[in-house]
Amino acid sequence: MIKIVIAILICASSVLAQQIGNPTAQQGVIPARGTFAIRNARIVTVSGPDIENGTVVIRDGKIEAVGTNVSVPAGAQTIDGTGLSVYPGMIDAGTNMGLVEVPQGANGTVDTSEVGDLNPNAKAIIAVNPHSAHIAVTRVEGVTTTVTAPAGGLISGQAAVINLLGTAPKEMAVVPQAALVINYPRLGGGGGGGGFGPQQQQAITSETLAANERELDQIRKMLRDAEAYGRSQDAYEKDKSLPRPDRNVVLEPLVPYVRGEQPVIFRAEREAEIRGSLRFAEEMKLKPIILGGNDAWKVASLLKAKNVPVILTGIFSLPGREDDPYDTLYEQPAKLLQAGVRFCISTGDAGAEVRNLAQYAGMAAAYGLSKADALKSVTLYPAQIMNVGDRLGSIEAGKMANLVVTDGDLLEIRTRIRYLFIDGRPVVLTSRHTELNDAFKNRK
Amino acid sequence: MKRFIAKLLFLSIISTLPLNVARAQRQTSNETLIRNATVLTVTRGTLENTDVLLRNGKIAGVGKNLNASANARIIDATGKFVMPGIIDCHSHSMLDTINESTLAVTSMVRTEDVLNPTDVDLYRELAGGVTTLNLLHGSANPIGGLNTVVKIKYGRPASEFLFPGAMPGIKFALGENVKRSSAPNIPGVTRRYPNTRMGVEEVIRDAFTRARDYKRTWDEYRAAAGKDKNLIPPRRDLQLEPLVEILEGKRYVHAHCYIASEILMLINLADEFGFKIKTFQHVLEGYKVAKEIAAHGAGASIFADSWGYKIEAYDAIPYNAAILTRAGVVVSMNSDSDERARRLNIEAAKAMHWGDMTEEQALKMITLNPAIQLGIQDRVGSIEVGKDADVAIWNGHPFSVYSRVDTTFVDGTVFFDRQEDLARRPELAKERARLEQAEPNKPAAPGTPSQGPRRRRPSQ
Repeated sequence: MIKIVIAILICASSVLAQQIGNPTAQQGVIPARGTFAIRNARIVTVSGPDIENGTVVIRDGKIEAVGTNVSVPAGAQTIDGTGLSVYPGMIDAGTNMGLVEVPQGANGTVDTSEVGDLNPNAKAIIAVNPHSAHIAVTRVEGVTTTVTAPAGGLISGQAAVINLLGTAPKEMAVVPQAALVINYPRLGGGGGGGGFGPQQQQAITSETLAANERELDQIRKMLRDAEAYGRSQDAYEKDKSLPRPDRNVVLEPLVPYVRGEQPVIFRAEREAEIRGSLRFAEEMKLKPIILGGNDAWKVASLLKAKNVPVILTGIFSLPGREDDPYDTLYEQPAKLLQAGVRFCISTGDAGAEVRNLAQYAGMAAAYGLSKADALKSVTLYPAQIMNVGDRLGSIEAGKMANLVVTDGDLLEIRTRIRYLFIDGRPVVLTSRHTELNDAFKNRK
Repeated sequence: MKRFIAKLLFLSIISTLPLNVARAQRQTSNETLIRNATVLTVTRGTLENTDVLLRNGKIAGVGKNLNASANARIIDATGKFVMPGIIDCHSHSMLDTINESTLAVTSMVRTEDVLNPTDVDLYRELAGGVTTLNLLHGSANPIGGLNTVVKIKYGRPASEFLFPGAMPGIKFALGENVKRSSAPNIPGVTRRYPNTRMGVEEVIRDAFTRARDYKRTWDEYRAAAGKDKNLIPPRRDLQLEPLVEILEGKRYVHAHCYIASEILMLINLADEFGFKIKTFQHVLEGYKVAKEIAAHGAGASIFADSWGYKIEAYDAIPYNAAILTRAGVVVSMNSDSDERARRLNIEAAKAMHWGDMTEEQALKMITLNPAIQLGIQDRVGSIEVGKDADVAIWNGHPFSVYSRVDTTFVDGTVFFDRQEDLARRPELAKERARLEQAEPNKPAAPGTPSQGPRRRRPSQ
């Protein structure tokens, strides 16, 4: 009888464990850093040539050494990499990872969009849920880092660069406040989309242009206020005899962005929106990054001239116009590369699809991008665009040890991940999905 | 001037078709020989350095060094792959409208009545190697409308799309969509019944109870009509007729569902009324009740790895395909999306990544298995002599993310060809530029009322 009761309790607790937000086995404990050596592996450094039969040494979170003549430190845990390949972890620069658990029908799990249009003080890093099921589900497919961004209104807030490992946001943060996110006012709408019914681009009318200007004015005014705020605070710092200006939690975080010290991500898809973003950024002396960018190929020469990078999220969207070539968005990365525009490839997804990032890059390679550039577009390029190219995105001594060990080409669908390191910590390759698989695969 | 504008409008219409009718039908020969390809037959393994002969719309030969008649088109496919046209068992392409959502039982409506053969997404799907679609009504009702199985003959009239001999089908749906979970509560407006999974069961039970009585009424009438010619026939009921066809095994049920409990509910109800569910669609928690699905004899038409987009999708796992297949369920990978339909090869390959399916098992999920689920397995789904010449030539293995489609044939006719598509682009770009400069297409001056082009149809 007691046995039955215990069995029922175990069953009940395993059911509870599958509910939203509850911890699963791999949460709560963060694996320790240490010294590791992956030997006899093909090392795809991304920043330099591939190394056949090389060794990577990881120590205290960093890549200590990489090459063919690297000695394994005494006491290192070694991994035999024979037949395996080592890649830098992939980076998706356009997600809401950790801010959304279930986007539809569960508003309580959605933390992307604050009330109102102007929320520069909404910081993604505050709300990232380290225990979201999405995080482990994503990392076991080789995506180790994401930009996680708020999404609402006109000024959405501030995005963070996070590693997909940690029990607290602080442990995940690579750059807690990495960029300001502005939704460039939509012009006409439509275009792209997921494909349940047609979503063609709509015409831009004089009304939409006027509404666009009004919304831009709201953003402009707040940024000007932030400039003035920054100047008054500086002046007071220099001369304490001046009247002390009040602190303002909304304007204060904007100061580094209006001074061009930190990048501003503009969500913009259509040509007119991208051009508008570039004009606005120039007027306000901001450091822009375009997010979305389905029409970026139409603005390529300007993007190159202004050296503005694009986070492409539309590889798997339908073309915006009926008469666009069928492969417009598949081949856009190749076109941008040829035009000299900096870009990276992103899923643009809230969370669940981010694990498929490799296929977004692979599709671009099927349509003109080289395999090497496709790999860069989800590793080194997003790192560079987000100003963490000195720490992430390639396998080089001194960089953060975000490494993926595979049994084949990282971008190929059939390839399996064999080992995973994030921040130099060995990560167990389990997730809510592997746990549910284990729980049911042998049900008779 | 008017005529000029009319001409421009006409030009603008044809220019929106990347592949016009003339091009599709330019192919004069009814014979094509694809030479020296790697052929993924699906049923007979992978054949290296093999020819495939297409003649009169059928596959006329598969083998080495085949001969073709003098006027046959010869395609050198050295280094390329040939696979059967992909079959998407859950699509809403070319439907002008998807949901008749006002009633809980809408078995009287037909997707066949709302086919739009000019939907450009059809062409985009051909460019992904897709040739056959199961066009389903939406998921707003426990018992939805009738389906249509089509071949993608883009550029032809809708009537030519219809797949002859495909089993008639119907859409059922369970769970959140049927409960109208996302529909707003409007004060003063009564919500549509049902509002719970209990009510969903009751709606289907009620409909089949009525259908059984209706069938009995007709059976009795037919039996008596032989003896009494003056007998008045019962009134026809267009809602119940399709349900009688289900009871008689003449119509396939494609049931949208998510969670384990609702799957079991429908299996039990179908068993009780003595009909079969042909496919569970989406069936994200199918892996939890795989043996029950297998025992009922239902197929599963699923997403490779979509999950978490709503509560009932939160327990979805990408091992679903493997667990269901191992339990003996016929599994297909569908798109339910004009976008995803363009890359079902990738979706199928995921069954190898997660869950150790073999290449053949994974290939079947987008070819033979959906064909079985639609009752067209004798016509399509594999490369065998006598089957329809619905094939695609890929420039690499279709399970490689780096591969793309070169040419897609439907009934032996080219409906997509990448080289021809590329060749037409400069001409189309010029035409577009010219049209944009034309008076009727110039943007309105500021202050004038907006006159956006009329949308061909509303967005969903």
